[in-house]
Amino acid sequence: MKKYTYILLFAILGLANSCDDQDDPIPVNEEEVITTVRLTLTPKDGGTPIVLESRDLDGIGPDEPIITVSSTLEVSQVYSGNMELLNETVSPADQITEEVEEEGAEHQFFFQLSQDVADISYDDEDVNGNPIGLSIVLETKAVGTSNLTITLRHEPEKTAAGVAEGDISQAGGETDVQVVFPIEVI
Amino acid sequence: MKYTFLLAICLFVNSMASQNCHYVCIGEVTDFHDGSPLVGATIYAKELDKYLATDLQGKFKFTDLCAGTLTLTISHVGCLTKTVEVHIDGDVYKRINLEHHAEFLDEITIHSVGDKHSASGQETRLKKEQLELYSGAQLGDALKEIAGISSLNTGNNIVKPVINGLHSSRVLIMNNGVRLQDQEWGVEHAPNIDLGSVANVMVIKGASALAYGGDAVGGVVVMNPATIRNKDSLYGQSILAGFSNGRGFSGNTSLTKSFDNGWFISGQASVKRFGDAEAPDYFLTNSGLSSNALSLRAGFKTLEQGLSIYYSFINNEIGILKASHIGNISDLVTAIESDEPLVQEDFDYQIEAPKQEVKHHLAKVNYFKRFENLGRLNLQYDFQNNRRKEFDIRVGDDRNKAALDLALKTHTVSADFKFDANHMRIFNTGLRFGYQQNVPDPDTGVRRLIPDYQKIDFGAFVTSLLNFDNGMQVDAGVRYDFNRMNAKKFYLKSRWEERNYQDDYAHFITDELESQYLTNPVFDYHNFSGMLGLKYFYKDHWEAGLNFSMANRAPNPSELFSDGLHHSAARIELGDLRLKQETSSRIGATLVYTDESASVKLEGYYNLINNYIFSMPNGIEQTLRGAFPVWVFSQAKAGIFGLDFTAAVPINSRLTLTNNSAYIRGMNLDMDEALIDIPSFQTRNSLTYKQSKWKDFSLSLKSEWVFEQSNYPNFNFEQFIPNDQTLVEVDISTPPAAYHLLHLHSQIRFDLKKNRGLTLGLKIDNIFNTSYRNYLNRQRYFADEMGRNISLQLKFNY
Repeated sequence: MKKYTYILLFAILGLANSCDDQDDPIPVNEEEVITTVRLTLTPKDGGTPIVLESRDLDGIGPDEPIITVSSTLEVSQVYSGNMELLNETVSPADQITEEVEEEGAEHQFFFQLSQDVADISYDDEDVNGNPIGLSIVLETKAVGTSNLTITLRHEPEKTAAGVAEGDISQAGGETDVQVVFPIEVI
Repeated sequence: MKYTFLLAICLFVNSMASQNCHYVCIGEVTDFHDGSPLVGATIYAKELDKYLATDLQGKFKFTDLCAGTLTLTISHVGCLTKTVEVHIDGDVYKRINLEHHAEFLDEITIHSVGDKHSASGQETRLKKEQLELYSGAQLGDALKEIAGISSLNTGNNIVKPVINGLHSSRVLIMNNGVRLQDQEWGVEHAPNIDLGSVANVMVIKGASALAYGGDAVGGVVVMNPATIRNKDSLYGQSILAGFSNGRGFSGNTSLTKSFDNGWFISGQASVKRFGDAEAPDYFLTNSGLSSNALSLRAGFKTLEQGLSIYYSFINNEIGILKASHIGNISDLVTAIESDEPLVQEDFDYQIEAPKQEVKHHLAKVNYFKRFENLGRLNLQYDFQNNRRKEFDIRVGDDRNKAALDLALKTHTVSADFKFDANHMRIFNTGLRFGYQQNVPDPDTGVRRLIPDYQKIDFGAFVTSLLNFDNGMQVDAGVRYDFNRMNAKKFYLKSRWEERNYQDDYAHFITDELESQYLTNPVFDYHNFSGMLGLKYFYKDHWEAGLNFSMANRAPNPSELFSDGLHHSAARIELGDLRLKQETSSRIGATLVYTDESASVKLEGYYNLINNYIFSMPNGIEQTLRGAFPVWVFSQAKAGIFGLDFTAAVPINSRLTLTNNSAYIRGMNLDMDEALIDIPSFQTRNSLTYKQSKWKDFSLSLKSEWVFEQSNYPNFNFEQFIPNDQTLVEVDISTPPAAYHLLHLHSQIRFDLKKNRGLTLGLKIDNIFNTSYRNYLNRQRYFADEMGRNISLQLKFNY
């Protein structure tokens, strides 16, 4: 009976060893990670576009996002804004903006200012005629500094009160992106 | 039949006995191994020259006895015959344990190898009738019948058993002699067990059952299928049940064919379908369940040897409450502040993301041989294949792709030898060798939560049970386990440095990519465990036990390697390569009183755990999704103290009052604060009315009272919410209020011809549709528990 035990043990040892030379696992291509959120504000009457960017190449790793705002905004100016979402962990970078656009009915950006220095309105529509927020119009109206919070919600209640006007409080859904840019209007 | 006849004779003889003698001797014959009553044991009273047979409770009664000595010889099929002397100087109650040669009757299970459990350990058994009441529910729900057992839930379908405040890797689950390996480290991973395949469950609190493993810091749950006897027969059972809540049904059917010559074959299958469950005020959207399971066994056995094969498969698809899938802390704050779940839809049976899909295969071959006047050898090989897929809410092409896809394969070979020729001195020794491989599928497009790994386990144990004539039992055991964890894991360079691994673990790096290291961590753990206990039977009615056990548990893959965002908790969870084994030293004391009608049991314990591994908050990290608290696995000295109380007291011949209550206190002794997720005081009382003349009618009203947990660690934190520019305290710690629920169960049995029977059961859970939340439910931030549930059960034996 001891013999059986040995045979079984050796069989398993053999099995264990044969599996030992496993190949190295392959790295995962992170498909949905958003590493870069970029808002480009182009002045209506010409001039250099202003780029607001938050970049976090390690995704949910410990490195903080690097936030850059290329310049100050001009008061009483109308800017057309364009949102871009990128996954830069892959090369060439993945345009996540396109996915959001394709599934526009299930996504919406919200733009909130901590100080009343500008008005922001949506400049695009999904298939149901509700805003997405990939294109916006920003009109500065007062001098000052403010935080601009940009939030992307997945599956928001687009028909809830105020949501189409950009009020996030009733929107619900799940947050995919939330970044805060310090801006200055001079 | 024979037994009725014997009883009739006895009654006849009794009526003619002398009038001077009026004492009564009541006895109870139990299986020495597990304390279960032995039905149909023959009692021969020498002085009276009289035979009796034990009834369904294993009890017998001699009446009209004179003072003096009564010599009883007790025999039971498959048991060693035993003779005891009883002194009659009044009415006497005598409990008699028979050494049950289980293999003669039992299926070839590890249980039948004999006394794997300790005599002095805190063990409680649930019988088939109790389990059958939970035909639509989960193992974790049924185990709550036992004092000191609670559950850690994720919604209503993921129910993990918690033994004296400990769960997951600290609770071993043995399914028909096989240690379940199903990613049990995860608090949101329920054991892959089909209750329909289980005939009895034994819960052992603490690490006394060394034959199963040395790492049972919390305890062991041992489940076995029904015993098959060596006789020509064909029998089966079908249970059908319908449920109002979730508009679900469950069905379970089994069929067994056995032969005189020892051959047998048995099969069982079950199915469960539930739609969205309903809280008193709303539907719990996406909380459905779909489960299919089957098991097959076949083999042959005699008294000398037996060979059996077993295969079981379970496929679970479990919906996760949609409202619990959240993006970041702002969402969590909104969810906590809202009284109702933020996603509520109409009822349906659809199970959408987020959900889990788990398939678990288990196969085993077992051989035993009995050597005369020596003992019994048991050899076993088993294989398990666990495939777990978890689906998150995703967009674009990834919409239907799992976010987590793990394939876990486990092989185990074991050999045991039990020296039981002398039933007063029993020794059991065994060896285990296990190999495990985990392969996460990289196609998920999400970084692996648990890495690729191979694990080798080796274990050896010796246990002993010594019986003394004075009613004392001493048991002792030692065990050694070796674990080698060999993993291959990608670390983000930023994480590797943030964890300060570059100095200590630079040698693990085998490859460098642009932003990641490929590492090959290899860890060896040597674990020593042991137990020592004694049990004393005193004056027939009393039984006292004292038990000390030591367990050593190596950190599990999640504790070592976790690395990712946890959606429903809105936190980043990180493992730690530096974790050491945790060591539990547990002392348990048990006092039992039993007489012919009442039983009372009090169990106390103190579990001191060195290097207790737990997850605690450690700062906040900013990401593009917003801010997340980081929870890191850490170690501290922990102490858990508790009292479990069980009583069944008859009020009259038809009414019985039962109580089970548990008090527990868990402390982090290093930080002098409470441990997280420790159950609060709870007490369950039931009043049962039974009338056997009315078709075995029974009606039982049960009250379940769970107190508010006032001892909890405060892990609340302050968080700036940019959307409304406010700083809020995120209250993730405060336990919900106390609750009290009433449940009802009633059943009636119709005997059909030839051992056939039909049982009709009605059950109402949460009669008053009370809204409540449970501290030990991971979804308590999002929604109430289930409301009233009316179910009808039809049980047909044939």
